[in-house]
Amino acid sequence: MPMSASKTAERGSATWRLIKAESTLCVRDKVGPLWGIGFPLILLVILGSVSDLRTPVEGGGGLTYFDLYVPVLVLFNLAILATASLPTTLAGYRENGVLRRMRTTPVGPARVLAAQLVANFAIAVVAMVLFLGVAGFGFGVGLPEHLPGFALAWLLAAAALLAIGLLITALAPGRGPATAIGTVLFFPMMFFAGLWVPISQMPPLLRDIAHYTPLGAGMGAFQDAYQGHFPSVVPLLTLAAYAVVCASVAIRWFRWE
Amino acid sequence: MPPVIEVRDLHKRYDDKIAVDDVSLTVQEGEIFGILGPNGAGKTTTVECVEGLRTPDRGEIKVLGLDPLRDRAELTRRLGVQLQAGHLPERLQVAEALELYSSFYPEPADWRGLLDGLGLADKAKTRYAKLSGGQKQRLSIALALVGSPRVAILDELTTGLDPQARRDTWDLIEGVRSRGVTIVLVTHFMEEAERLCDRLALIDAGRVVMVDTPAGLTERACAGQRIQFRPSRPMDDRLLTSLPDVSGVTRRGELVIVNGNDNALNAVTTVLARNQIVAHQLRVEQASLEDAFVRLTGKRPDPR
Repeated sequence: MPMSASKTAERGSATWRLIKAESTLCVRDKVGPLWGIGFPLILLVILGSVSDLRTPVEGGGGLTYFDLYVPVLVLFNLAILATASLPTTLAGYRENGVLRRMRTTPVGPARVLAAQLVANFAIAVVAMVLFLGVAGFGFGVGLPEHLPGFALAWLLAAAALLAIGLLITALAPGRGPATAIGTVLFFPMMFFAGLWVPISQMPPLLRDIAHYTPLGAGMGAFQDAYQGHFPSVVPLLTLAAYAVVCASVAIRWFRWE
Repeated sequence: MPPVIEVRDLHKRYDDKIAVDDVSLTVQEGEIFGILGPNGAGKTTTVECVEGLRTPDRGEIKVLGLDPLRDRAELTRRLGVQLQAGHLPERLQVAEALELYSSFYPEPADWRGLLDGLGLADKAKTRYAKLSGGQKQRLSIALALVGSPRVAILDELTTGLDPQARRDTWDLIEGVRSRGVTIVLVTHFMEEAERLCDRLALIDAGRVVMVDTPAGLTERACAGQRIQFRPSRPMDDRLLTSLPDVSGVTRRGELVIVNGNDNALNAVTTVLARNQIVAHQLRVEQASLEDAFVRLTGKRPDPR
């Protein structure tokens, strides 16, 4: 069927309105803004005020403990969006028939999903810029020395994490289980990002595991970028693999009702 | 004129339960067509197949000449749907929902007008989760109509509404119909079916029992009257049971209750007059659609 220009424009406007609505809803939902931005931001400010954390980490390539916390908190934000915000909202939509209702409109439910992803992505961009800005202006932490490398690593990490969020949504039977799975996944993922112990200080076995977890790989790539190199291939490929595999499985198993 | 909706030999089973056994019906342009039946009769499954939400096991469905599954994109633009259980995000406000949904359609209705028409104007800024059951219901009706559909399928239109809101909604639906929109109404409510529907399909156990006007359905189901009176002096029931137009006589205290066909009243009063019995407190009731429903399905309509 030929599509007239005006119809294409209207479709564009419907998509745009959906993105706007889902973004508004994400902000009203408070999980993303509060736990994804507010909490790590407060943590950043507190940790930045602890002078003991300004000593270089052994095996950290000249970076201080606090320097390492900046990318950790950037990952913290992605992890919250992927394990708490996105799956809880989407599984709730499925449980409450929001997606089913959308099936009866010309727009369809897939675009609600896309709009949710865009909204969470936007929150993640805001968080990342804010954290780097506060760390830089407030506490003198320099930007990653290899900026394009950092941007690529961050995009891959965001893709991997959002794909994990979709996978949780696809596999969880309802909103409750989605929240539970997300919470259970959050803590080990953050552990391997080095939230409690920097990866370089972990015992060898844990360190090896960390490199192949999504946040551990993300942290490895970020650290490379901070030290001025383009991130090495292994963490980038690990992130890309998480993104592709999780997204494919999620699409294969996703149910609208 | 080709029918707006044509369903032929529809069959749908879930696991081991047959939801729709054999349903055929046609809906003509501009009419309000009711689908009536007890719980679990297959009403909702039937309309969900028409909406393209479910895939029938057998049978053929055409809506405005479109196949609900193959021509989905085109159908969704012209068909407005109110789902029995279809919800909105909890934190979405009423006006936001209507504005959003109106952007989905090529030629949307004026959503502010719908808001007023359904008495939701003062709730424009209220979040979906904070609405009462009746308000949610009215919003879902508004969303079904916001795309200016040619056909609207409304499942459980006024369930959960108070009597006043129910009447207002009926007025609104009649207004929508007068603009040429064809409406399919799934309902439990006899009063609603009688008031709104031009024709009714009575569905029971996955089959169409009868299709007729509400009056025709009542007449064909039990064509009859119930006559109730207090005789001025004791009388023998056999005086009445012997009449060919009378099908049954029962007593409740002093009252005599006579069931019969449309001629029963004439026959009864004649016999009473001949025996010089005066009928005090005489009352005659026409059989209602509800009586027809009970007679045809053997079940009480759901009181919801």
